[in-house]
Amino acid sequence: MTIKRSTWALPYMVFLLLFVALPLVMIAVYAFTDPGGGLSFKNFIKFANTPEDVHTFVYSIEVALITTVLCLLLGYPAAWILSRSDLNRSSVTVILFILPMWINMLVRTLATVALFDFLKLPLGEGALIFGMVYNFLPFMIYPIYNTLNKMDGSYVEAAQDLGAPPRKVFTKVVLPLSMPGVWSGVLMVFMPTISTFAVAELLTLNKVKLFGTTIQENINNGFWNYGSALALIMLVLIGITTLLSGEDNAREDETGGVI
Amino acid sequence: MKKFLAQSYLWLLLLILYSPIVIIAIFSFTEAKVMGNWSGLSFRLYSNLFNGQISNSLVRAVENTLSIGILSAIFSTILGSIAAVGIHNLRGWKKKSITLLNDIPMLNPDIITGISLFILFVAVGARQGYITVLLAHISFCTPYVVLSVMPKIRQMNPNTYEAALDLGATPSQALRKVILPQIRPGMISGFILAFTLSIDDFAVTLFTKGNQGLETLSTYIYADARKGGLTPELRPLMTIIFLTVLFLLVIINIRNSRLTKK
Repeated sequence: MTIKRSTWALPYMVFLLLFVALPLVMIAVYAFTDPGGGLSFKNFIKFANTPEDVHTFVYSIEVALITTVLCLLLGYPAAWILSRSDLNRSSVTVILFILPMWINMLVRTLATVALFDFLKLPLGEGALIFGMVYNFLPFMIYPIYNTLNKMDGSYVEAAQDLGAPPRKVFTKVVLPLSMPGVWSGVLMVFMPTISTFAVAELLTLNKVKLFGTTIQENINNGFWNYGSALALIMLVLIGITTLLSGEDNAREDETGGVI
Repeated sequence: MKKFLAQSYLWLLLLILYSPIVIIAIFSFTEAKVMGNWSGLSFRLYSNLFNGQISNSLVRAVENTLSIGILSAIFSTILGSIAAVGIHNLRGWKKKSITLLNDIPMLNPDIITGISLFILFVAVGARQGYITVLLAHISFCTPYVVLSVMPKIRQMNPNTYEAALDLGATPSQALRKVILPQIRPGMISGFILAFTLSIDDFAVTLFTKGNQGLETLSTYIYADARKGGLTPELRPLMTIIFLTVLFLLVIINIRNSRLTKK
């Protein structure tokens, strides 16, 4: 009597249902109930009627957008140079750009604080944006580099042979072909930026609060229902972003192995 | 000229990316309490770190980080490898749904993973501490193990397992002698990956560690930084962690490039 090998997935399936699916369902359940357990929309009404939290939410989106745009402006040229064998021959530089992705974000943030102290620069909004860009730039460079690297070079040659000037070759051929990488880069920067906490308070000496911190404070102070509602709002925002940028790209890069 | 400009741009970016860490590393060789003050070259902080001249809570935080890292790597490697064999043999909606669920922990932001598990543990009335942190870590590490083992199973010739059975091997012998050796490289990469992810985690640990005083290195550093001013001994410690992670990643990269060459 042998066991069918497909049943080997069963223990993990149970584990996933218990520790991945169920917790997310619980967030939704808590978000739509009051502390007594009755169904209610009070938590969402409370959010709409708390200007401070709405403001933090909007401000977090702004910070995430600014960070994403800056990462794209700085990261695209870097990814492009890295992918060109005539401009960059060593693969060590590529690894050097990817490595910081694996250093604890808290350690990186404290290192940024140390850098600002060392340079005698004040902590605040500037430090926050710098710290965010510094933390997430590798996440922008890596997927763009990946698509550019896999791109078929003969398209560029064909465009050149047909008489396109370098600028046209870039805007009409290279850029459109690299868009999947750009989208997953945008996703990989925007999503963690919108959901960070701890980073902002350390970089701004508690002067600036981001939405992640608001959620954390509510959970810590025992407002589980309200905290869950805020988490659900963030989850919806992230879901929309993922859908807009086409989740297939993101997944392909994710499974492509980050290292 | 163009090449020179391109290279300068890359190295300028790298300089910015690495400068904070380099500064921590430099100031780990001086005794000054506040980072940024240089009071002469000294290895005091390193010797303090290794001679137990540091607070007990920091020592315990390091121990917890390592033991949780190793345990969650072991459990997620076992769970993930068995699951990968199973998923490979699934078809249709079952395969789709388990792959989708497997993706969620990787796409979910840390804070959502942390809060959702916190709510779960609160709802079932579990006492939060070492075990809940461990469970949480296993839940976000296992998907990566599954992803590192899957390609190895796909490359495997499915007939070798049947052949072993036909030649008289028991299923468990066939598993140990035929399947295991072929997926071992994926399991090792998955193990290292899981360990790195676990010791690196901050957000999920913070929400699932409860209030019984359990700290890992990340949460210790966080609490320390919030109190204002880092314990100076954290400078050499961060430097060592950075070098360790660097070392592990270089090994994975070399392994991967060697495996793909084969």
